[in-house]
Amino acid sequence: MAAAGEALTPTSYIGHHLSNRTIKLGDSPFWTLHIDTFLTAVFLGVIGFGFLWWVVRGATSGVPTKRQAFVELLIGFVDEQVKGIFHGSRAFVGPLALTVFVWVFLMNATKFIPIDLVGLFTGKVMQQKEWFPVPTADVNTTFALALSVWFLMLFYNVKVKGVGGWVHELTCTPFGSNPLMWPLNLLFNAVEYLSKPLSHSLRLYGNIYAGKIIFLLLWMWAASGLMGSIFGGVLALGWLIFHILIVALQAYIFMMLTAVYMAMAHESH
Amino acid sequence: MNINLTMIVQAIAFFAFIWFCKAFIWPPLMRAIETRQKQIADGLAAGEEGKKSLENASRQAEEQIAQARARAAEIVAQAEKRQSQMIEEAKTAAKAEGERELAAAKSEIAQEVSRAKETLRAQVAQLAVAGAEQILKREVDARAHAALLADVQRQL
Repeated sequence: MAAAGEALTPTSYIGHHLSNRTIKLGDSPFWTLHIDTFLTAVFLGVIGFGFLWWVVRGATSGVPTKRQAFVELLIGFVDEQVKGIFHGSRAFVGPLALTVFVWVFLMNATKFIPIDLVGLFTGKVMQQKEWFPVPTADVNTTFALALSVWFLMLFYNVKVKGVGGWVHELTCTPFGSNPLMWPLNLLFNAVEYLSKPLSHSLRLYGNIYAGKIIFLLLWMWAASGLMGSIFGGVLALGWLIFHILIVALQAYIFMMLTAVYMAMAHESH
Repeated sequence: MNINLTMIVQAIAFFAFIWFCKAFIWPPLMRAIETRQKQIADGLAAGEEGKKSLENASRQAEEQIAQARARAAEIVAQAEKRQSQMIEEAKTAAKAEGERELAAAKSEIAQEVSRAKETLRAQVAQLAVAGAEQILKREVDARAHAALLADVQRQL
């Protein structure tokens, strides 16, 4: 949906669809809120977890309904995956992985809706010129998730091993406790701790954002004439089907990495 | 791609959802699943138990049937033995009785015979006397000829 009076060029189309609806809360660029990212994410979370809650509230230990069986399948799947990685009580890590999986999956899945349909709704009904409907294609979301997991990881490192144990791990692994090796160990661990949230968040962001751009190109092609509509439509269908995999896979990977980081925080080397 | 307040807000939302999952979704459903798993396990165990006790019961029943069968065979054998014994006894008794009766009959016959002989002898003596009377045309003095008659009677 290009704004009235603007020429519809590829650059403007893509630029338009990749810009967030922002609210300025302060002078510094940091005090800006992507209200579209935030509201879409919260909306999806409320829908997803609300549904789960609704089913779980009526859950029975007897013969389950099909709806309950679906939710049990989902939670059982997450539990199985976490169990394979994380040895210990899953009272916190289980719900954490479930939250990550469901939320990331739903946020990724908004990509399936053709963006101009979303634009129709957000533009005409909500009266918002700019609305970017895929929260995980906003680096703020992925960093928020990855850094939250990272801080949880630091928290559990200290909680499980104690400050001394954690410092010992930072200085004495992986090359041994020889004092000469301490700087090298520290450097190694620093790189590891730095790369964890970066790879964790940027992998998800990159996949979803790139997929989004391909979609935008295809939709743009589809708007360029009859042949474009046909080829663009067919290719978009293929890309869409492929993205069913990507969306689920990225949510799965994000969940697994979360579980792995939590497991690393709980286990001493 | 610019990091801003959104990240903080999203992180807060993230933690809110984690808390919600941890408080309201994960534990009740896990409880339901685990309760059901336990029920199923219990049911399976009970089934196993039932199967075992059924096996026990049928084995016991078989044992008892075998015992009963052996006892029945024993009883039948005893009965057969007793039967043949009784038959044997009856046979022996019958034989003895028969022999006894035979002997009685024989002695009776012998008595009869001797009695008949006696009678016959007397009659023949009389006949002989009568015949002799006829022949001699005179009375025979029975008393005088008693010795003669007796002699004749003895010779017959």
